[in-house]
Amino acid sequence: MGYKLSKTSFDRLLQAMSKRYVPVGPMCAKNAGAFSDTDSIRYGKITSYADLELAQKSYFSPKEFVFPIRETLFRFNGSNREVPEVAARPIAIFARPCDINGFNRLDSVFLENGPEKDFYYARRRKNIKFFMIECLTGFESCFCVTMKANKTADYSVALRFGEDEILAEVKDEEFISLFEEYGEIIDYKPEFKESDNAKVELPNFEGVDLEAVFNHPLWKEYTQRCIACGRCNTSCVTCSCFSMQDTAYDAAKTLSERRRVWAGCHIDGFTDMAGGHSFRKNNGDRMRFKTMHKIYDFAARFGRNMCVGCGRCDDVCPEYISFSACINKLSEIIKEMKNV
Amino acid sequence: MCENAYLTEPLKLISIRKETEIDFTFKVEYNKPLLPGQFLELSIPGVGEAPISVSDFGDGYLDLTIRKVGRVTEQIFEMRPGDVIYARGPYGNGFDCKLYENKDLIVVAGGTGLAPVKNLINRFVSNKGLLKSFTLIIGFKSPEDILFADEIRQWETSANVCLTVDRATGDWKGRTGLVTKYIEELEIGDPASAEAIVVGPPMMMKFAVLGLMKKNLPKQNIWVSFERKMACGIGKCGHCKIDDTYICLDGPVFNYTKAEKLLD
Repeated sequence: MGYKLSKTSFDRLLQAMSKRYVPVGPMCAKNAGAFSDTDSIRYGKITSYADLELAQKSYFSPKEFVFPIRETLFRFNGSNREVPEVAARPIAIFARPCDINGFNRLDSVFLENGPEKDFYYARRRKNIKFFMIECLTGFESCFCVTMKANKTADYSVALRFGEDEILAEVKDEEFISLFEEYGEIIDYKPEFKESDNAKVELPNFEGVDLEAVFNHPLWKEYTQRCIACGRCNTSCVTCSCFSMQDTAYDAAKTLSERRRVWAGCHIDGFTDMAGGHSFRKNNGDRMRFKTMHKIYDFAARFGRNMCVGCGRCDDVCPEYISFSACINKLSEIIKEMKNV
Repeated sequence: MCENAYLTEPLKLISIRKETEIDFTFKVEYNKPLLPGQFLELSIPGVGEAPISVSDFGDGYLDLTIRKVGRVTEQIFEMRPGDVIYARGPYGNGFDCKLYENKDLIVVAGGTGLAPVKNLINRFVSNKGLLKSFTLIIGFKSPEDILFADEIRQWETSANVCLTVDRATGDWKGRTGLVTKYIEELEIGDPASAEAIVVGPPMMMKFAVLGLMKKNLPKQNIWVSFERKMACGIGKCGHCKIDDTYICLDGPVFNYTKAEKLLD
């Protein structure tokens, strides 16, 4: 069902909706950027249309609503293990198709990989509904079309934010009465972005000697450039790695908690084992590991590429390493390998 | 709602045996089904969690042979019989012992790599008739690093045991040299049908496998067990992933035809 809303009626709808849902969307946190006088675009609770920052891409993805940076798994209280509860109120995430597809990639890791589902992810994930932000132009570093992540049907409501009015398609019956009340019925179906600003060509790995790809001098360049800060990992909507961390509240450790915290394959210590063995000591090898995971081996396991082409890793890298440029270089190398 | 796989369970410590200065075997009460080569995520509240392979098991117990090398293991060494340690699992595929029945089996183990194959060795030592022949090549850095010394002597009664140390110290009268040296000296009746298991540090595994292949063992008859950092053991945390393979789910035991393609 399609609806048209003015900005004022959209604000009223948001307020009415907030009784049952926590609406979150991309917002501009003033002066919260990494440098002085810079803003940070990040996800937060929205109460009105004016809260939404739609002209710029968010630095962080909305993945922290299902996979928080740090999450307490349980507390040890003597011999008791107490699992903290999570807020019961479901979250409505205002997200672009690339990010919604990112959640689909997270689902594969947390819910489909191996016989056990991830309890903590599952209980948050079932409380998520998507309000898709129609995205027709994207941003400079976006390549969702190449990654086949420009489209999605996984939304309750799709929204087009125009100059004066907001158009909505409501698929989830739960929200129909709200839009009936605040909107006016019209014909609207969301459209999807059909071409990328960042031109990316995916390599075709078929019949290629992967060992030769792994040993290619291309990766050495990244050993020189990458500083292993892990920003690409933390900004990525599909990066799902974590480490366990215990912390005690008292010296006798009668009270303590076990948490999981984000981890990243670019960051030192990711593969360190007690006793001293570790793998991928060169940062270039980590770039290779991440690249192959995002555009090759995840797909080998789950049937579609992990990378959704949001381009955030390009936006945040302090060394100006471009992931899309890396993919293009790899494509050229693979073509050369096939021609020889 | 799905089960919470991260909720670790208390296990009671039955006894502790000193193997070397830094390797102790901890026997704990345990009643779940297990396969040789599987591992647990062992933890101490407030300290942390670590993947530890099960070295042996039987009715109502399992053994964990642990080297004191990290935050968690250092704390484990402070524990006494009767204390409670936490664990979840078992995880991993483990060894399929049926595969080796009626075959010539060669096990090559280096250092703490002996722990994950100890149960399998005991199994075949006490059921000698299951194998055509049983050869063990076991290497340690020095005589002080030898694990399960008493049991190795017992194994000699029903298997061809070759125990070697990289460098002799004190009054060591036994063999010296790397395990690869003794792989070279192996006499395998029918290499095409023999099976081999190789467990140990990455470099040792690599050269031991090459040595076995030189002896005309086909790679599909060679099995290895991997060790990687793991935070979850259930395919979520990402630390142990190599290419599209998760060591915790798809391994840690791999046929060499698969293992040779796993590039870190």
